[in-house]
Amino acid sequence: MKKVLLMGNPNVGKSVFFSRLTGLHVISSNYPGTTIEFTRGYMLVAGEKTEVIDVPGTYTLEPTCKAEEVACEMLKKASKETLKQGDVIIDVVDATNLERNLYLTLELMEQDIPVIVALNIWDETKHKGIHIDAQKLSKWLGVPVVPTTAVTGEGFAKLISEIYKARTPHVRKHSKLERWEDIGKVIEEVQKIEHKHHTIWERIQDLTIKPLTGLPIAALIAYLSFKLIRFIGEGLITYLFDPLFNNLYTPLIMKLSVLLGSSGFWHDVLIGRLINGSIDYFQSFGLLTTGVFVPIAAVLPYIFAFYLVLGILEDSGYLPRLAILMDNFLHHIGLHGFAIVPTLLGFGCNVPGILATRILESKRERFIASTLISIGIPCAALQAMIIGILGEYGGWPVAVVYGILFLTWVVLGFILNKLLPGFSPELLLEIPPYRFPPLRIVYKKLWWRIKMFLKEAFPIVLVGVFVINILYMVGVFNFLANISAPVITGLFGLPKEAVSAVVIGFLRKDVAVGMLVPLSLSVKQLIVACVVLAMFFPCVASFVVLVQELGVKDMLKATAIMLVTALLVGGLLNFVL
Amino acid sequence: MFTKKAIPLTDLKSGESGVVIEVVGGQAVARRLHALGVRQGKKIKKLSGMFMHGPLTVQVGHTQLGIGHGMASKIMLEV
Repeated sequence: MKKVLLMGNPNVGKSVFFSRLTGLHVISSNYPGTTIEFTRGYMLVAGEKTEVIDVPGTYTLEPTCKAEEVACEMLKKASKETLKQGDVIIDVVDATNLERNLYLTLELMEQDIPVIVALNIWDETKHKGIHIDAQKLSKWLGVPVVPTTAVTGEGFAKLISEIYKARTPHVRKHSKLERWEDIGKVIEEVQKIEHKHHTIWERIQDLTIKPLTGLPIAALIAYLSFKLIRFIGEGLITYLFDPLFNNLYTPLIMKLSVLLGSSGFWHDVLIGRLINGSIDYFQSFGLLTTGVFVPIAAVLPYIFAFYLVLGILEDSGYLPRLAILMDNFLHHIGLHGFAIVPTLLGFGCNVPGILATRILESKRERFIASTLISIGIPCAALQAMIIGILGEYGGWPVAVVYGILFLTWVVLGFILNKLLPGFSPELLLEIPPYRFPPLRIVYKKLWWRIKMFLKEAFPIVLVGVFVINILYMVGVFNFLANISAPVITGLFGLPKEAVSAVVIGFLRKDVAVGMLVPLSLSVKQLIVACVVLAMFFPCVASFVVLVQELGVKDMLKATAIMLVTALLVGGLLNFVL
Repeated sequence: MFTKKAIPLTDLKSGESGVVIEVVGGQAVARRLHALGVRQGKKIKKLSGMFMHGPLTVQVGHTQLGIGHGMASKIMLEV
């Protein structure tokens, strides 16, 4: 099958391009390095099924980070196969930044693969007073050049019609200097720029990046984001999910309970224990009660709220600015400013957070960032449960948990930075222009992330609840509780039954926090338990990603750090609080 | 012939600009900067700098970049 590779600099819209061509959704954002792995999809070109590959962005064919390595390897493979099946590269170029983008274009043209140039973000060239003569550029390069706007679909019919006509350019290898000389000449001929006055976005741009105004603005944005997530999450729970469950779902399940005879194996597995003759969604622990309630009514509202706010932040182009503002601070914990992006993603789910550490340059940084995310960054599901359960005692216990996690994150980062050999590389980052978040993209991304949550998290929650029931019945928890009592009771000051929550924390941390409810813990115990659960061990999904990204050896190291940290912090809390 | 002294990018004030003469130090740094368009003969304008040796933001052509302080001190300019 023929292959079309989408290649280009970071943040030129390759992923939006990919969605347009294949109808598949992949995450796109307004910062360089959103795509860290290649994604495959299919499209029809003149009736023939063709594979389309969304390749991570790269500035040159000399990779400087892991995501760029992926891009270069993809290219190598394609150039080997191209003779057999006629692969094509679509070089997606940011038309508002033609000169710099053309460098990769020239490199690609030396690879003996047919190339088509897409001048993307074409709509913005008009506002910016940039005029590009696409025909002249095409003649000069000797390959088809098509202006496109991936967000609206402009130019795509033409682009697709060119795929079959693409020919290998056969350009000899040039030196770096020769390439830039060539680019200088061609730019002179095909591009005219009129001077435009500062737009309002550019003024905001200045304010958000200068330290004196930028830092207060960053604090304000963080505060507002948190408030907004809380407001939307709480609102959905109070006005939508609670009424829905109380008025519709509970009566239905109660009927089923009666039908099953209010006890017995199937009743215990499906409905769980009845508390005073009725269902308590946090305590019953049946597949259809707690197993459905936790992911849908407790966690989903916060997943929705978090990813809505994150999506808007991502697509506006604010995050690279935040990276610059945070750079100084993050250097103290062995990272640089751009590590803020994987960290923020980790607040949704640790898995994409750890994957996104691929945009960091060194192995050392990736190790520190992944370990810190696993320990100090609670995912949205865990946060929803912590807020839901601790929030009943007021705002302060929640604030204490967040405060301790943050402090641990900082102190541990500081220690790792001192202990690990090497140093944190310096920030070098392209700052994209601010854009009004394209609502269609924000909306699609949000649904895609929710779908992923339902598809991947929901089954694990159900498995978790099922396993809990079986382990209870078999008596494994009792056994574990007795042997782990010295740590759980002696060190953390928790009842020994809390060990079951720690064990289940390996499957899903939200379910694990839910298991604390029947233990009727004091506020202090709840705080200790929530902190320990957050730090102790990565959930199974994060665990798999850690192995994949760090390798077994480093994953074991990271896990050892987690265990030690959780023991220390949990023990300390128990004695201090 | 009269030539001006080369100064590092970090010595520019916000709003000032200069022309890149060379990137001193390691090949790896030069290569990364090169890929982003910071190369000999290019005009570079400092937009702002974070305090305490934090990163600088600069404009090169149509690209805005954030550059760490240490890296910026290796970019020599003629003003």
